[in-house]
Amino acid sequence: MATTVETPPTGQRESRPAPPGTGRRMRSSYPYWFYLPAAAVYTALFLLPTLAAFFFSLTRWTLFEYEFIGFDNFVQFFREPALVKGLTNTLIYAVVTCGLKVVLGLLLAVLLTSRVIGRGFLRSVVFFPVLVSTIGVGITFTVLMHPSEGAINQVLSLVGVDGPAWLTDPSWALLSVAFVDVWKGVGLATVIYIAGVVSIPREYYEAAEVDGASALQRFRHVTLPLARPATVTVIILSLIGGLRSFDLIWAMTGGGPGFTSDVIASVIYKQYQAGFYGLSTAGNVVLFLLVSAIVVPLFWFLNRREAEA
Amino acid sequence: MELPVRGISPRPSHAVTALVALTTVSLGLAACSPGSLGSSGDGDGITLSYLVPNGAEDVALAEQLAEDFSAANPDIAIEVETRPGGGDGDNVVKTRLATGEMTDVFLYNTGSLFQAINPDRNLVPVTGEEWVDAVDDSFLPTVSAGDDVYGAPVGSAMGGGVLYNRTVYAELGLEVPRTWDEFMANNAAIAEAGTTPVIQTYADTWTSQLFVLGDFHNVAAAEPDFAESYTDNGAKYATSPAALRGFEHLQEVAEAGYLNDDFASASYEDGLRMVAEGAGAHYPMLTNAISPMVDAVPDAAEDVGFFALPGDDEASNGLTMWTPGGVYVPTTTEGEKREAALRFLAFVASPEGCASQSTGQTPSGPYLVADCELPADAPTAVSDIQSYFDSGAVSPALEFLSPIKGPALEQITVEVGSGIRTAVSGAELYDEDVEKQAQQLGLEGW
Repeated sequence: MATTVETPPTGQRESRPAPPGTGRRMRSSYPYWFYLPAAAVYTALFLLPTLAAFFFSLTRWTLFEYEFIGFDNFVQFFREPALVKGLTNTLIYAVVTCGLKVVLGLLLAVLLTSRVIGRGFLRSVVFFPVLVSTIGVGITFTVLMHPSEGAINQVLSLVGVDGPAWLTDPSWALLSVAFVDVWKGVGLATVIYIAGVVSIPREYYEAAEVDGASALQRFRHVTLPLARPATVTVIILSLIGGLRSFDLIWAMTGGGPGFTSDVIASVIYKQYQAGFYGLSTAGNVVLFLLVSAIVVPLFWFLNRREAEA
Repeated sequence: MELPVRGISPRPSHAVTALVALTTVSLGLAACSPGSLGSSGDGDGITLSYLVPNGAEDVALAEQLAEDFSAANPDIAIEVETRPGGGDGDNVVKTRLATGEMTDVFLYNTGSLFQAINPDRNLVPVTGEEWVDAVDDSFLPTVSAGDDVYGAPVGSAMGGGVLYNRTVYAELGLEVPRTWDEFMANNAAIAEAGTTPVIQTYADTWTSQLFVLGDFHNVAAAEPDFAESYTDNGAKYATSPAALRGFEHLQEVAEAGYLNDDFASASYEDGLRMVAEGAGAHYPMLTNAISPMVDAVPDAAEDVGFFALPGDDEASNGLTMWTPGGVYVPTTTEGEKREAALRFLAFVASPEGCASQSTGQTPSGPYLVADCELPADAPTAVSDIQSYFDSGAVSPALEFLSPIKGPALEQITVEVGSGIRTAVSGAELYDEDVEKQAQQLGLEGW
């Protein structure tokens, strides 16, 4: 069954590569040794570290030596007072950023696929923040969001609004970071949506127009359902991004003030910083399981609906 | 500017720190001691690489020591290499020691952080060296593990207490408080005069810890065996009335409205400028802040004084002291390099070394080496500290008496000072934080 190239063809039909999706079982088009280099790299850089992480999550580890302590790290990680806060914050952050990216991304995509002036330029402008370094964005917005000297509150005070202390008010800190995350990430969502919207055949719109559908109805009944694959991609990507988000939060608030904008990743990072290597590795295992537990069923659910639709 | 205190060292912005940490770690992994790449070709001379935290003060001090040492020992050159401060710096040091990539000599904390780098495996003992006898007895235990001594003091001792503006005090006719009630009375008078009584700067979270950490002299006065019992899982911050006072003091000043309006977003540099210029009267801080403060506002040398954090009892008023950082030789430095490195340590712990350090950095307190004098033109605040040492009213900070210091204290004190959490709840949370540290260290009874 294996080495296709070396096995002499037994019959003409068999020797031809099976067309995709029709064969009972895909036959490999390369000899196995061909996979070795990639497999070695994959094992050394991904498999071994993953297995090592699972192992060290069961130890108390100082980098110099370790002591096997079973599941104590996990018990301790779940007792962590900052963890509950971090978990809720992670979920809030992921849902808020993901939701806003879907809504804004779709609206921007509709705008940028219409016949607006300077469309190419506007598209680049929307995409530009995606290209900028996250840390740079974080530092810039930390300055812009300074409660008294920041540009945002100075502009707000011109129109008579007393802006909140964006990053230092416990009730605003997490949302402020989420807004910046949306500003930075909405470009990617828009591009995915543009691709989705553009691929919708014009005939549907024309047919709808002939039937007397208003612009709103065309959006609701043509664009929205037919851009569904794009929606699935955006939701999955931005949800995963939101769940494991760390760099922007760390650059802007460091999880503060106090613990009020901590997410799981920043809780883990602080444990690593403190030298609790085993504990933070256990935290990473938990984060891995959590992301899988949310994303795998969601992916399955969204794709199933897509197949039915 | 690295202090011998976990997490109470000024950090560059977290983001930058994280980046530098990444870069440094990957550099360390990629190339053996990158510092040796650009060695100044002195023919057959030896070049030692010297790793220090990347704060401007630390670098200036290190460069000055390197220069003066090479002047006295022309066959040895020293190349200063930098790493981030704070928790990221701890990781760089631990990682480089663990992978055998450490520089020939390096600067690191004393006390509890020193214990965490496995001195007996990673460092060269210096117990028999002549200069060890000249080093102050208060310093040696903080760089010792088992029966061996491993480091020489770099920099001067520091006090943790309150920097205060003497002009504000003179104008209002106030006196240096010796009890907490006097301190609060002064605050009331200052607030009435329209000046901010107490400065807090939570953009740099580590600055929030002083009310708790700097209060340890008062804790030790009330409960002399606190440190020992604390290490053995006995005494707790939440249940010991004396230890809880530090958290309560912070809550009191915050609730009384004595803090600057922008406490949540002000930075360490803002705080130094405010106390130096008299916009605020009190800034609880470590005295190594004197040097950058005088650099920023030269008049502060005259205008700013220092007093220890007052407690309940006037009779036991005294200073909580931090010992300076230490310079160590890793076991990976061998042969003639090791000999050169040991000569460098001997130079650091000598009167010539102290003089060199005074040139590189304004001292933050007395030197812990025999026959070392403070320069005559030292700022007022430095002489204020000296007077506590002269009268002997000095206790080492808790982290030099116990290996345990919880890493989350700075976030907890930010919450207490911001009114997000009460003092009692903060102390309880800190006790939980400490438990993790104790377990990580494998201490008995936890």
